Amino acid sequence: MSQADLSIHGQVSRSQATEIMTAPTFSVPAKKMAMWLFIIADSATFAGCLVAYGFIRNATPDWPRPFHSITNVAVMTLILLTSSLTMLIGVKAAQAGDKPKAFRWIMITAVAGVLFAVLHLKEWMGMISEGATLFHNPWGTPLFSSLFFSITGLHLLHVTGGVIALIAVGIRYRGGRYNADDLDITGLYWHFVDLVWMFVVPLVYLLNLSH
Amino acid sequence: MTTAETHKSSGMGKDIAVYVCLLALAALQFVIAYQSLSVRQMFERMLIVAIVEAGLALLFFMHLADNRGLRWFVIIFTVAVILGMQYGWTDSFRLTNGVPWAK
Repeated sequence: MSQADLSIHGQVSRSQATEIMTAPTFSVPAKKMAMWLFIIADSATFAGCLVAYGFIRNATPDWPRPFHSITNVAVMTLILLTSSLTMLIGVKAAQAGDKPKAFRWIMITAVAGVLFAVLHLKEWMGMISEGATLFHNPWGTPLFSSLFFSITGLHLLHVTGGVIALIAVGIRYRGGRYNADDLDITGLYWHFVDLVWMFVVPLVYLLNLSH
Repeated sequence: MTTAETHKSSGMGKDIAVYVCLLALAALQFVIAYQSLSVRQMFERMLIVAIVEAGLALLFFMHLADNRGLRWFVIIFTVAVILGMQYGWTDSFRLTNGVPWAK
């Protein structure tokens, strides 16, 4: 019996033990696992914000419902959902080895992110011009403005970070420093930003729609 | 070959179908917003739709459907953290607004 086949505690051979120790968790590469752990932690952050918002809204009797139109938020939702699809196209192209196509679709995704951010800022400017700020709300309790700008601001920060990441990873992928795995991992983050928006829209916008 | 390249390349058909479903569910949320419902009913319906949307995105866009172990890890870990937070929030809410000692 060779040294490698010697059993450890009489159950697992050395080669098997080495394989167990070096195999990635859930067969997911370390970088991807790190992104998943970040996503889990970040979902707790957003959940904390949204749950706090829910409790404060529930405890405030004269909660304002200032939104008259859903056109802007509907367009923003369409853009963000579509950007998830363009991200998938980019990642699939990278997996197929089509570098120019992958880079093009990643950049399209980044442009969609920029467009989303511009629309978001336009909406903010509209609200600020009506007198809403982080500590002042012309429609009632200042808590509304505080929560609105905090939650949507946190999401906008994630979108901005995502756009920067997409451009940086896309350029490095084209230059050969990154591979399809790196695009896939960046895509995970981008889909997460999209996923969070699915909760922000109904809770922060649609529940505050004036009828 | 990278790990990403070893994924099943099943074309874009499924992804486009999921995308259309997500658009339809998002539209459904907007429809619910214009129904004459109480805030509670509206909240419940919108939250259910949002959870279904998130599930679709997680399973197909983020490929959790392909990895059973990771799927359960993410679900159990996230739900445990969020539920734990609900306990903390509800308790603080009860302490500041509840009866009898808060008033």
